Order: sequence, then structure tokens, then C-alpha cells
Amino acid sequence: MSETDSNPMRDAIQSAIAENPVILFMKGNPDQPACGFSARTVAVLQSLDKPFAAVDILPDPRIRQELSALSGWPTIPQLFVDGELVGGCDIVMEMYQSGELHQVLGLENVPEEPDAAEPLEESSVAPSAPLSIENRL
Amino acid sequence: MSVDPQELKQRIEAAIPGAVADVTGDGQHFNAVVSAAAFAGLSRIAQHKLVYDVFGPELGGRIHALSIKTTATETVS
Repeated sequence: MSETDSNPMRDAIQSAIAENPVILFMKGNPDQPACGFSARTVAVLQSLDKPFAAVDILPDPRIRQELSALSGWPTIPQLFVDGELVGGCDIVMEMYQSGELHQVLGLENVPEEPDAAEPLEESSVAPSAPLSIENRL
Repeated sequence: MSVDPQELKQRIEAAIPGAVADVTGDGQHFNAVVSAAAFAGLSRIAQHKLVYDVFGPELGGRIHALSIKTTATETVS
């Protein structure tokens, strides 16, 4: 248990979850998802026009290891809202279809048309941080 | 290496009390529809975790992907 004393990766993941109201841990990034499950989850969030932060777990295997240790959830993607794990692709899809996702995200209405607008600006990546978080806030 | 969906079905049903599972898949990617009395009162997250827990580290390994849909069945005791 000595490793729990200092675990920068775990700390970084915890602060990322705490600091971003909506954060998605995924394979790849929102513009280039590297897995169908991540792609579908991103598509749902984008169709809701809900800004979210995204972390690519692929660059460092420890991200996934520590994330799953923290969340108790074995697979990627993982969506957190207000610090709580909402679920992976299946749950996000199911909640989207039932309208629960809108509630969780604090959205009033189901938008009829997905907004296809591109984000105006690519956020830059902080090179010193152990996690690169793309912030779409 | 290919995994038989039937194996997943049997293991889910053996591990989760009162579970009925329908598993389809191509040997690596699977869809599981699971209903169980044990899910009653649990959040969706908790229900899915019960199913994931059946396979542990095999997920992402020999079971490349497992898509889950759960429903709680009424307890008839």
C-alpha cells in the first residue's frame, strides 16, 4: 500500500474528474476516436451540444489502469458528470434514448437536430501534465 | 482465439443469482442481454458491474468487448 502515498497519475485523474463537470475518458480524441464505443459516446455528447472535457487514455497505459482502479469500471469509455461515473457506451446510449442523460447533464429539451458545428478552436495540450485534457468548455 | 458466446452466457447465469442471459458475438465482441432478480434496486452502473465482475481481467483480453443491457426481473419468491 506504500504506492498510494504518492501516485501522481491517480491524483491527476482525480483532479480532472473533480474539475470538469462533464469529462469523458476515451480512446483517441473527440475528433478522431480510436474505438467505436468511444466514437458513439462522443457522438451522443456532441449531438446534445453539451461541452465536455476529454482525456485520451491511449498515450499512457497507466491512465487506464488508475482510472479503472478509481472507478471500479473495467472498460473505456467512461463518462463522469459532477464527479460521478455515469457509465460507459452502453449506459450512455441507453440513458440518451430514455432521456435520462439529458437530466443528468442538466439539459431541458431533447434537441431535434444535432448541431454539426465544429468547435471554434482546438484547445492546446499542457505538456507538463500527466494527462492531456481536451477542454470543450 | 475465439470465445463461444455460450460460455459467457453460462458463466453469467452461474454467477449472478436468478440471471437469464442472452449472449451473441463473433468470438471477440459480444452483446449480452441479461435480466436478473439480483439487479432489483441497483443502479444501472451497479448492474453492469455485476456482469463485468464475472469476467474480470478477461475483459479487454480474450473477451475484447462486451456490450451489456440489463433489466431487473421481479422477484417471485
